[in-house]
Amino acid sequence: MSLMDNAELPVSRNLERFPELHPALDSQSALAEANRCLFCFDAPCMGACPTHIDVPRFIKKIASGNLRGSALTILDANILGLSCSRVCPVDVLCEGSCVMHRYNKKPIEIGRLQRHAMEYFYSRPAHALQPGPAQDPTKRAACIGGGPASLTCAAELRRQGFAVTVFDNRPLPGGLNTYGVAEYKLRPTDSLREVEMVRALGVEFRQAAVGTDVPLADLEREFAFIFLGLGLGSMERLGIPGEDSAGVVDALRFIERYKTKPDFEVGRRVAVIGGGNTAIDAANAALRLGAAEVHLFYRRTEREMPAFSFEFDHSKVEGVRFHWLAQPVQILSSDGRVVGIKFVRTQLDEADASGRRNAVPVANSHFDFACDMVIPALGQSRLAGMLSSTRSIELKRGSIVVDRPTGRTSNPQYYAGGDCVNGGREVVDAVADGKRAALAIAAALRSEMAKGVEHHG
Amino acid sequence: MADLTTNFAGIRSPNPFWLASGPPTNCGEQIMRAFDAGWGGAVWKTIGEPIVNVSSRYSSVDWNGQRMMGLNNIELITDRPIEVNLREIAEVKKRYPKHAVIASLMVDSKRETWHDIVKRSEDAGADGLELNFGCPHGMSERGMGSAVGQVPEYCTMITGWVKEVARTPVMVKLTPNITDIRVAARAARKGRADALSAINTINSITGIDLDTLTPRPYVGGQSAHGGYCGPAVKPIALHLVQQIATDPEVGLPISGIGGVAGWREAAEFILLGCGTVQACTAAMHYGYRIVEDMIDGLSNWMDEKGFRTLDDFRGLSLPKVTEWKHLDLNYKIVARIHEDKCIGCDLCYIACWDGAHQCIHRAGYAKPPGAEAASRERLTVTPIAKLDAQARTNGRTPPERIPHVDEAECVGCNLCWLVCPVENCITMEKTETGRPAESWDQRTAKASGV
Repeated sequence: MSLMDNAELPVSRNLERFPELHPALDSQSALAEANRCLFCFDAPCMGACPTHIDVPRFIKKIASGNLRGSALTILDANILGLSCSRVCPVDVLCEGSCVMHRYNKKPIEIGRLQRHAMEYFYSRPAHALQPGPAQDPTKRAACIGGGPASLTCAAELRRQGFAVTVFDNRPLPGGLNTYGVAEYKLRPTDSLREVEMVRALGVEFRQAAVGTDVPLADLEREFAFIFLGLGLGSMERLGIPGEDSAGVVDALRFIERYKTKPDFEVGRRVAVIGGGNTAIDAANAALRLGAAEVHLFYRRTEREMPAFSFEFDHSKVEGVRFHWLAQPVQILSSDGRVVGIKFVRTQLDEADASGRRNAVPVANSHFDFACDMVIPALGQSRLAGMLSSTRSIELKRGSIVVDRPTGRTSNPQYYAGGDCVNGGREVVDAVADGKRAALAIAAALRSEMAKGVEHHG
Repeated sequence: MADLTTNFAGIRSPNPFWLASGPPTNCGEQIMRAFDAGWGGAVWKTIGEPIVNVSSRYSSVDWNGQRMMGLNNIELITDRPIEVNLREIAEVKKRYPKHAVIASLMVDSKRETWHDIVKRSEDAGADGLELNFGCPHGMSERGMGSAVGQVPEYCTMITGWVKEVARTPVMVKLTPNITDIRVAARAARKGRADALSAINTINSITGIDLDTLTPRPYVGGQSAHGGYCGPAVKPIALHLVQQIATDPEVGLPISGIGGVAGWREAAEFILLGCGTVQACTAAMHYGYRIVEDMIDGLSNWMDEKGFRTLDDFRGLSLPKVTEWKHLDLNYKIVARIHEDKCIGCDLCYIACWDGAHQCIHRAGYAKPPGAEAASRERLTVTPIAKLDAQARTNGRTPPERIPHVDEAECVGCNLCWLVCPVENCITMEKTETGRPAESWDQRTAKASGV
């Protein structure tokens, strides 16, 4: 059975409610847009892309009518070129660095051009990528987690001919691309097309929870190197009374559930807690799913909000209402169901060493807010604790510490990348991490093979 | 307000903008609408024994998303009876007495046949005749068109036949499909032509359909070479016009043709000595209405430059075209990059390294591959503005991307300036060599002691 047929993703109703933010380019507009590109030398857009896609090269291939070559140029640098073309914050990456800005011209629409090339590629099944010449099958690598970092690491290792297995505890691989990105940006089917391509390269997928279903010790015996693409796991809890009430759903669970459960009901008056991009995604989604009002509460102000400003602007247009300087202290419930939140007003203190101003509660400033659904989106905790304690993998503020150019952790058998390393950035950052780690792992596997030869000789 | 009225070899028109013989001048109804739109004259679609055309007939070269940079056609002369064309000429002249109507003619190479068509055209009221010795496709296989224009003796002979009976000015339209166009021009002069028009279309195959492997235009699985025209041919036309305009053995008024799409091209042809210009492709692309800005733009430019009539600037650029051997070897320019305008595309840098003289540099890198390799090695992460507190530098070009010119090595070739997408970012500046002007001709003469 193809992943596309999976009944767990009933997207039909969501497609109507989540029309695309940026529709596809038709081939003539793509040609016109591609021809605007100056073809800069050592292009800034390429440098601004964490995966260093050769942007002018793929754009000129669109202009020349070589769409297959264009797509392969993208995939060569970024195996998840399709999802990145849809979810990348291009304003702060490639398009943000476009030289067109510097003489008052509209930057090249790199994201939409990339999507144009990738959709051409995926519309032709004969376009499958080929794995590299097979290497010693006893020298194998494992990737833990099925998200962008692991998929990339696995695909790159296959392109170099190594045997690799991806362990994921969810029924469908793809990680946040499949379960956690808002529909108006990326559809799960697109994520699954990419998973299929990685599978077609010869990557083995196993659904199993590492550490429980599969003990670490077994894994370490079976695989020479292990890549950790664990992601962030579930959201941090609010840590206030009443948060177990029905109607409290953390943001990632919320996004996952409306995608997978056809009967999922959104509240009428929804409160989202937090100021990051995920909070914004959840707030927008709640509105589109039919909530009458969506209110977002953040304990600092608009200035300190970690969400991208274009995400914030978009969500104001959607109709989300914002409340600053308010921190929840209790979820109010009746018969076990949410009926509201008790907040305390905050004020900002002086900036700390990192330049960030902390929110401090103001005495006797409590107020109640009535609502029937609460979506906390409060930053995210990690599942790396066990690895830290039993495998001496160094963590810092909950993130795995790696050597950035290679992704190697403090334990030489382990490499890591993506959200579990960077604390939660973009898909493209996870792809870049996965690729760098794969190159380092491939080099390490080759040196193991060379040692083996020496040993026998 | 500039005066655009024209007297071209005795043919008067309210302005120098004529429609060239072609599809836009196929019938009287079209030409009258063209005159209403503002065209000063029209050269009728070539009249002769009606032919049969094929379908399709046109193909084009598109460039960087722009349609019809060059157009190619395999259409023949008029497919309408001679009487119908002549009747319509009479009607147009009756209604538009002040506009120029030129009959373009092409018939079998027989003296009587030419005499007959010349008389009938003039009786219909044509203000002048244009002998089509240039059509390069189809008709040439039948011994007409460029088959005549390519053989100087034929050209002289037939022009002579026409002049035996003609009462109106006779123009000979020259083909560019010849080694030296001056030979053809001299032949027309020898046959007593009153004026020339140049150029006709250029032999061409515009391209091949990579699915059917058949050249365009596609006619039932085959194609044939056609005549090329449109914006792409202007530089060739300007050169050929300059050649005949400066030939002392020619000395005839010229109606300039080839890529005229607006007032700028018109001004260029007139600056090289043309009396009128003829346009066709641009009118086929956008309709007759394009003449409005031709008139308006040329008038405004003339007013700004202080030219009252077309004669005030006709031919002014001719003395500025010379032979290479007379150019000053001691004239020296170098490229200057204006850092405040540089957007950091580095096209000048790679163009100079790969296509010129390796004298534009980027700080920190000996050669271009070093710069590329360094970028590939750099670790980049998505900036989260409010967390990373990174300064956005979109408005300013990073200094390391602004190339600099080694002026001592710069040969002043212009390439960097040509590739730079930003106006006035690179300028070519004159530097003093301290040496007096000296051409190759002078230098070699001095060396040989003459």
